[in-house]
Amino acid sequence: MTVLHLSEARTGEDVLIALSDVSKSYRRGAQIVPVLSRLTFDIRRKEFLALMGPSGSGKSTMLNLIAGIDSPDHGSIKVGGEDITLLPEAELADWRAANVGFIFQFYNLMPVLTALENVELPLTLTDLGRRERRDRAQFALGLVGLSDRVKHLPSELSGGQQQRVAIARAIVTDPTLLVADEPTGDLDRQSAKEVLEIMQRLNRDMGKTIVMVTHDHRAAAHAKRIMSLEKGDLSYLVEQRLE
Amino acid sequence: MPLLLSYSLRNLQERKLTNLLTATGMALVVFVYAAVLMLDSGLKQTLVATGEDTNVIFVRRSAEVEIQSLIDRRQARIIESQPEIVIGAEGAPLVSKEVAVLIAQPRRKTRQASNLLIRGVGPAALAVRPQVRIAEGRMFRPGSNEIVIGRALAGRFEDVEIGSSLRFAQREWRIVGRFDARGSGFDSEIWGDSEQLMQSFRRDFFSSITVRLADRSGFDALKARLEADPRLTIEAKRERIFYEEQSRLLSGFIQVLGLTLSVMFSLGAVIGATITMYAAVASRMMEVGVLRALGFRRSRILIAFLVEALLLALIGWAFGILFASLMTQVKITTLNWTSLSELAFRFVLTPGIVLKSLVFALVMGFLGGFLPAVRAARMKIVDALRVA
Repeated sequence: MTVLHLSEARTGEDVLIALSDVSKSYRRGAQIVPVLSRLTFDIRRKEFLALMGPSGSGKSTMLNLIAGIDSPDHGSIKVGGEDITLLPEAELADWRAANVGFIFQFYNLMPVLTALENVELPLTLTDLGRRERRDRAQFALGLVGLSDRVKHLPSELSGGQQQRVAIARAIVTDPTLLVADEPTGDLDRQSAKEVLEIMQRLNRDMGKTIVMVTHDHRAAAHAKRIMSLEKGDLSYLVEQRLE
Repeated sequence: MPLLLSYSLRNLQERKLTNLLTATGMALVVFVYAAVLMLDSGLKQTLVATGEDTNVIFVRRSAEVEIQSLIDRRQARIIESQPEIVIGAEGAPLVSKEVAVLIAQPRRKTRQASNLLIRGVGPAALAVRPQVRIAEGRMFRPGSNEIVIGRALAGRFEDVEIGSSLRFAQREWRIVGRFDARGSGFDSEIWGDSEQLMQSFRRDFFSSITVRLADRSGFDALKARLEADPRLTIEAKRERIFYEEQSRLLSGFIQVLGLTLSVMFSLGAVIGATITMYAAVASRMMEVGVLRALGFRRSRILIAFLVEALLLALIGWAFGILFASLMTQVKITTLNWTSLSELAFRFVLTPGIVLKSLVFALVMGFLGGFLPAVRAARMKIVDALRVA
């Protein structure tokens, strides 16, 4: 394991995400609480980055900013060369649909839809016909090992299976970037291991860039690089290469 | 079915009791609304059906109803000699010189007296109005004390049945037949010989004269000529228009009262739908956040929740119109405020009413769902996801 200072983070053509001078604060009553302060760093293409840090350090906020579901008070966030902070809201929604897959701690599946329909949901925003949408959703569920659970409702699946459905939903549109917020936070050890292995495979075999927020060092160990946030500042980077 | 529509439908199924109660509230309002329109439609249909386009009715100028009208025999002769009037099989023009008088007769159930319209008609009455036919018994004999009763009167009034006698105008009148006027206003009348009735009521004036035209296009010329004739103080109207005008007062009242009630009830239903939809949005904030994160635009979220509210309204409408359709079996008798006589009619469900009530229900659904849907659509993604 190599410890790098922030200044050593790589830049260049293989950069997918570039945060530049990003600040974000929240209003709590009359009080303004700064969360991120003038943050600048890059995330390379095909990277599997784990964001760690104590509660309130701003790691989820940073993930939200990168994923385009929140906007910074200051600074720019370029993803694939496009500054997403400049996009109007509707275009930003389209951008997310095309480029970002989400994996949440509590899976966040639609309870009234089957596993297949949950995975198909993001494809309804595309021009694909119903049959093709179904085929792609089936394929994505196959990739996470749930071909035999397509007609099950989320309530009929275990936590690990639900998270795998959520992963299938995240990858079904073939996005460049996957963001995962504590994806194993609600899972037992075995299920967590399976989920992390799937994420590793998506990164390694399909070239997905993954940014994962986690408290769990064992989960972070599956990433290629670990970044730690402390009070809104990147204190240091840990680069870790898998064997 | 599109996935988002299916999602909305299934969410409705998830909260069955709440949604069923909300839909029931809407169904009741739709029922009231449709029933009012059906009542109005029944009234209009009955009175409009009373008149025929090829018939022209003459009443004294400015008389709105026949009981206000007086036409003397000299004027009657001028009217019946007009060339536009068709000549009947017996070689005489098809003209019915009529007298309309109200009598009070006790109702069978309540024993309370109500106005019955006695119409004295001429020998050509049935030829002038081919929609009227004798359904039971026979037609009265001209020059006799015989009368025939309309279909809608049977069972409603004391002694109004074939074989019985009615006493009015110092005479006994024997009921010898029952006629069917196809649900028109005539069904609520009693007919007898006009000359006998005039003698009995000591009148020497007709109330109205109805003539049948050879060609309905002859109306304008006939009207213009006779209304300009200085010997006449009459007004000519197409028979259909004349009876249609009689429905206006009561119809206006039914519409104003009924629609006011409907609107007031609908406020309750809209508030009910709003509460239900707010609860739906509150319980699905996480889902809204996820949908928005996945790339669904605010407008789609708005539409999804609006569709849900509209589906709720659609269910309410279906039940409401179903209940309302049962009302077609109900017969209403009421006083026609214009003619002051009893009138029987049915609730009539028309395609127009089905459509109007559907629009009414959807408007309720839209109003009920709009604010909650806006709330869902305006939610910040991070705030919505934080709920999870």
